[in-house]
Amino acid sequence: MNKSADLNLEVRGLKDTLLVMEGIDKSFPGVHALDHCKFELRAGEVHALVGENGAGKSTLMKILTGVYKKDEGKVIYKGKEIELNGTKEAQELGICIVHQELNLMPHLTAAQNMFIGREFTGKNKLFVNDNEANKRAQALFDAMNLKLDPKAKVGKLTVAMQQMIEIAKALSFDSQILVMDEPTTALTESEIDELFKMINHLKAKGVGIVYISHRMDEIKRITDRITVMRDGTYVDTVNTQETDIQQVINLMVGRTIYETANEHNYTDLNEVVLEVKNLNRGKAIKNVNFKLYKGEILGFSGLMGAGRTEVARAIFGADKYETGEIYVKGQKVTILRPEHAVGHGIGYLSEDRKRYGLTLGETVEQNIALACIDKYTNKLGFTDMSSVTATSKDYIEKLSIKTPGPKQKVKNLSGGNQQKVVIAKWLLRDCDILIFDEPTKGIDVGAKSEIYKLLSQLAKEGKSIIMISSELPEILRMSNRVIVMCEGRITGELDINSASQEEIIKYATKREA
Amino acid sequence: MEKKSIFNAANAQKFLAFGALIILLIFFTLASPFFLTFDNIVSIMLSTCVNGILALGIIFVIITGGIDLSIGTVMTFSSVMAGVTITNMGMPIWFGVIIAILTGAFFGFVSGTVISRLKLQPFIATLGVMMITKGLSLVVSGTKPIYFSDTPSFRKIAAGSILKFGAEGKYSVPNGIFVFLVMAVIAAVILNKTKLGRYNFAIGSNEEATRLSGVNVAKWKTAIYALCGAFAGMAGIVMAARLDSAQPALGAGYELDAIASVVIGGTSMVGGEGTILGTVIGAFIISTLTNGLKVMGVAQEWQIVITGCVLVLAVLLDTMRKRGNK
Repeated sequence: MNKSADLNLEVRGLKDTLLVMEGIDKSFPGVHALDHCKFELRAGEVHALVGENGAGKSTLMKILTGVYKKDEGKVIYKGKEIELNGTKEAQELGICIVHQELNLMPHLTAAQNMFIGREFTGKNKLFVNDNEANKRAQALFDAMNLKLDPKAKVGKLTVAMQQMIEIAKALSFDSQILVMDEPTTALTESEIDELFKMINHLKAKGVGIVYISHRMDEIKRITDRITVMRDGTYVDTVNTQETDIQQVINLMVGRTIYETANEHNYTDLNEVVLEVKNLNRGKAIKNVNFKLYKGEILGFSGLMGAGRTEVARAIFGADKYETGEIYVKGQKVTILRPEHAVGHGIGYLSEDRKRYGLTLGETVEQNIALACIDKYTNKLGFTDMSSVTATSKDYIEKLSIKTPGPKQKVKNLSGGNQQKVVIAKWLLRDCDILIFDEPTKGIDVGAKSEIYKLLSQLAKEGKSIIMISSELPEILRMSNRVIVMCEGRITGELDINSASQEEIIKYATKREA
Repeated sequence: MEKKSIFNAANAQKFLAFGALIILLIFFTLASPFFLTFDNIVSIMLSTCVNGILALGIIFVIITGGIDLSIGTVMTFSSVMAGVTITNMGMPIWFGVIIAILTGAFFGFVSGTVISRLKLQPFIATLGVMMITKGLSLVVSGTKPIYFSDTPSFRKIAAGSILKFGAEGKYSVPNGIFVFLVMAVIAAVILNKTKLGRYNFAIGSNEEATRLSGVNVAKWKTAIYALCGAFAGMAGIVMAARLDSAQPALGAGYELDAIASVVIGGTSMVGGEGTILGTVIGAFIISTLTNGLKVMGVAQEWQIVITGCVLVLAVLLDTMRKRGNK
């Protein structure tokens, strides 16, 4: 902290320290989210908080804004230690957050949203006074130089305007600290300019702003200091002006070199099994082209919201796409619904397997047979359960699913074994193209390597795999080739021999000029 | 921007229901000479009262995105309680009215507590309360109707008339209609002018965001169900006054008509939006339809079929309109 304070003296002159967070520790069941983290914020500065997905940025800020309670550590705000119980207390102290997923009521007006929970009432405390709310909101909008009708229904406004309302709401609490979580994700260039004007305006007023973002160019442009987090720990705080982006990326990734070499030695890139040409859907998917070869694992990397899942769902027919062509084994195919995709041998394993992949309350064998129960059903509609059980036993053995037997309920299995059940389901359905969306999400380390082994084995057997993953080591370890996406576009395609974490991050943050 | 057209989304919703009502009125007037008579119109309005008051209550719950299946039988139990208080115990009428409203509010409070604090689904929680109140009505009344024969002025709450005109009061408007309209005004004020109304929309629009804004969602949700129950209690009074008796076996099924009224009036079952005016018009559409078909001589069983079709059609139109807006 001394080091950063000194640096700051040189660049910005002495400023009041607004907030000090020290030794913040937080665990969730099974995850040590924050390991004695620290963070410091001065009045009138914009302080970037960066790190890979899962580094603990959001958790730290949720503790600051009263959404979560910390397990350990101190939060010192304006020289006094504070303990927060809930978001309202934080707001009243002047600590506000503008969430990535905006927390507004779409059916209410702008002013009603801003003053929710503290409506203006008359003497009788019975009736709400919307006129007063509108007047106050209008005054704030004027001060912010914002052209917006306080009576406009929020659901009909653009995302940028909704964000401005969130900011206005924060200001109406007389905020001293404003946390912005990925504020530019849904904004256009000119809207970002407006937002930055607003940020500079607030900065001049002495508000301390925490700016969470993945976008290095923006961080370079708007922030004064950068704090880097990695795997729930504090890494370093640097001055933006004296740092280059590469340095920050190195800090984010860490200097540890992941020792495991690529596991999957594939042979040739001869047979194209899937080709996607000019796939488009609005802002989510922009002109996506790629080929998938037989027996390869194609890694899809990128930040959250880069459009990877959207592409996968479009190929699988779960969402519609606007334009584009899909070829399976050289044949042009039309995929409008998931059953069409399955008919062409494409299986999709959702990142949220509990919601989309499994019927948790049912048994292992019921889950494995779910997608092709027809195979085991006679003309009268009776299912031959004994052959279902036999088949399930085969797969339990083949994929080494740890379960007492095929009759065990899936909810009693560990995350890794649940994932294997989903894989078994699609294998039984004769899928040659398997799309894995975050295959190791929520799976512990030991089980991860088993899933990796299984993926390699499947590829060796001639299955073609698309693996979407936000974990860079995983991408580098498993893929033959890596496609990097950013904002719906493919920004890079890397051969595994030349790919590195730094290079992937560079492409993943490469925004459209 | 908003003033460009009166046919923007908020208005279209009202116009759709209102237009449907006008079309129905014109259609039945042309179809039957007995439809557009003073007596018949009064009879339509009178038959709207009970369902209308129930609908005014349940719209609050529907705007939160919830449902209350118990209002029909809560209404019955409230009327039985009024009967017990007034006839069996000999208490004054106003006291019986208050007891009925409190009874309704109590069961709403129970549903609301179970839903918001114990996190039971509204459908299940209120299904339970529906059966409880259905049973209690029979238990408390001894399965027999309670007549208000000792208090002849009780029935005036619905059947009497403070507004008469024409020669020797030839045309009289029954009080039940005024009770309904007054309740509608009260509901509109609560929904649009009070904190409860504001949180009502907020919860239906985005419950989590409302909670994160520091609003005690559980408390307000409970209050909303209690309010819905109070309206059911008032409906019980009007119902008992119309029949001059508390009928313990009646009431089940009324909740569905009330839900239909709300939905035809343009309120989404998903929550977050809805208007009192729409609900009032929705209630009138249902009773106009029933009455008109009856006047035309359509068999009762077919009336139900047609009402069902209208309900589905109304909701379908509304959904299509909303899709068009996006």
